[in-house]
Amino acid sequence: MPSTEVAGIKVWQRRTAGRQYAIWFGWLVGTALFLYCWKFVSDATTWFFVWDAPRIAGDIGGRMVPPRWAYMEKLWIPLWDTLNIATLGTALAIFMAVPVAFLAARNTTPSATLIRPIALLIIVSSRSINSLIWALLLVSIIGPGVLAGTIAIGLRSIGFMAKLLYEAIEEIDAKQVEAISATGASRWQVMAYGIVPQIMPAFAGITVFRWDINIRESTVLGLVGAGGIGLQLQASLNVLAWPQVTVILIVILATVVFSEWVSAKVRHAII
Amino acid sequence: MVQPLDGAAGPDGMLHLEGLVKQYKTGDKALKGVDLEVPRGQVLALIGPSGAGKSTLIRCINRLVEPSSGRMMLGGEDIVRLGAGGLRRARRRMGMIFQEYALVERLTVMENVLSGQLGYVGFWRSYFRRFPPAAVEEAFRLLQRVGLEQFYDKRADELSGGQRQRVGIARALIQDPDLLLVDEPTASLDPKTSRQIMRLICELCAERQLAAIINIHDVALAQMFVQRIVGLRLGEVVYDGTPDGLTPEVLTEIYGEEDWAATRDREADEARAAQVLTEEERLAAM
Repeated sequence: MPSTEVAGIKVWQRRTAGRQYAIWFGWLVGTALFLYCWKFVSDATTWFFVWDAPRIAGDIGGRMVPPRWAYMEKLWIPLWDTLNIATLGTALAIFMAVPVAFLAARNTTPSATLIRPIALLIIVSSRSINSLIWALLLVSIIGPGVLAGTIAIGLRSIGFMAKLLYEAIEEIDAKQVEAISATGASRWQVMAYGIVPQIMPAFAGITVFRWDINIRESTVLGLVGAGGIGLQLQASLNVLAWPQVTVILIVILATVVFSEWVSAKVRHAII
Repeated sequence: MVQPLDGAAGPDGMLHLEGLVKQYKTGDKALKGVDLEVPRGQVLALIGPSGAGKSTLIRCINRLVEPSSGRMMLGGEDIVRLGAGGLRRARRRMGMIFQEYALVERLTVMENVLSGQLGYVGFWRSYFRRFPPAAVEEAFRLLQRVGLEQFYDKRADELSGGQRQRVGIARALIQDPDLLLVDEPTASLDPKTSRQIMRLICELCAERQLAAIINIHDVALAQMFVQRIVGLRLGEVVYDGTPDGLTPEVLTEIYGEEDWAATRDREADEARAAQVLTEEERLAAM
């Protein structure tokens, strides 16, 4: 008990002595583990390269300026592809994530013992595989190009969107649903009138948030041949065309800033 | 104990509960065999301490809560045995009004009122908000009746508590019900608004020959407006009679030991206050 009596006076402490020692012991173990890992990493590192890194970085940095702005004319189409991959991929994900979310939410699933675990499995498997790996798989299945990238983004986004959406469905106000049921509404009408209006803000927020993430992810999909501006980045890196790499990085930065601005605006408008 | 009123509570009563039992999965018995007869057009108040089973009883009648056993006859049909389609049709005849209004907050007042028509309209028509013109006309008429005609395009979450409850009443009435199930309609409202809402509900019931079961905590308010009071304690009916019959002894039986004389005095005060209030409203309306 944190409160003890010392010489007739009640003394209060935040924790009992045993608990305090346990916390100190936890810190001790944590610190020891950190030092051990540090040693391990240090032994496996070629320190010569690390000491040499600033010189190399300076060298590459020197070659990267000035950017070769003339290269821009070859970037417009890949940039457009990138935006399309992100947008269509997000749209694809919505179509698949919405039903999965309703099947996964405890209060809307038709069967908590049979269907809910399947929906959760879909969510977990989609989330656990990075979109680059999805793209690698899809490039070998359906060939390189924008389609592979779009589907990769779509598959990766299902889990993210379905998870956030089903959590929103589980948090709705049950009384509003009860009131709609009490009018004699059918199951689908209860969904359309009692549930959908309540999750609309969450749905819109999740969609723009994921679109914003997908813009960033689709800029690198070209590295594995799945279309978009990453293809140009890969090509330029291969021939050590550093001034072109600079232009591409600036374009990616500008795109990401733009998408964040859009998604912030949209989310602000909804809330 | 049961006193028939005006000879109306006969076997041809509209709602007839017989041996209604609700046992929750935890083993708690919320209702222990309730018998109740509600004739057409009668407004009755259901009083009792928290946990007496008032809310459960009301929710069993439209099967938002599934009763464990017993019979519930609504116009010659046993609600307990109905399948999904039959239950939907039966629910259309029972309008429900809730303690915290239970409006769909992000929909407009008009959409909330029209949602009372969902039992009559197919999915796609309701999805695209293409309700029958007669229903829309009725919705406008009801909004006017409850004094909210200029608010039809506001979102429900922009309204005050009293206004929201009026929308809730309109939503229940557009179902064209025979029976209103009213769950603590005034518990979230201030005393003046509470009276106005109770008066509105009772007036509407009289206008339309509607029966109503009103769960209510405020005994004085119940006595002021209804013709019959049913006291529930631990899932059993312990009083069924007129408002005047609520003596301190009866209140003790329903709620337990307390100095009820003070409440009786307060009631008298409140009744006088209500009289004054009505006068004020009448003046304000002129």
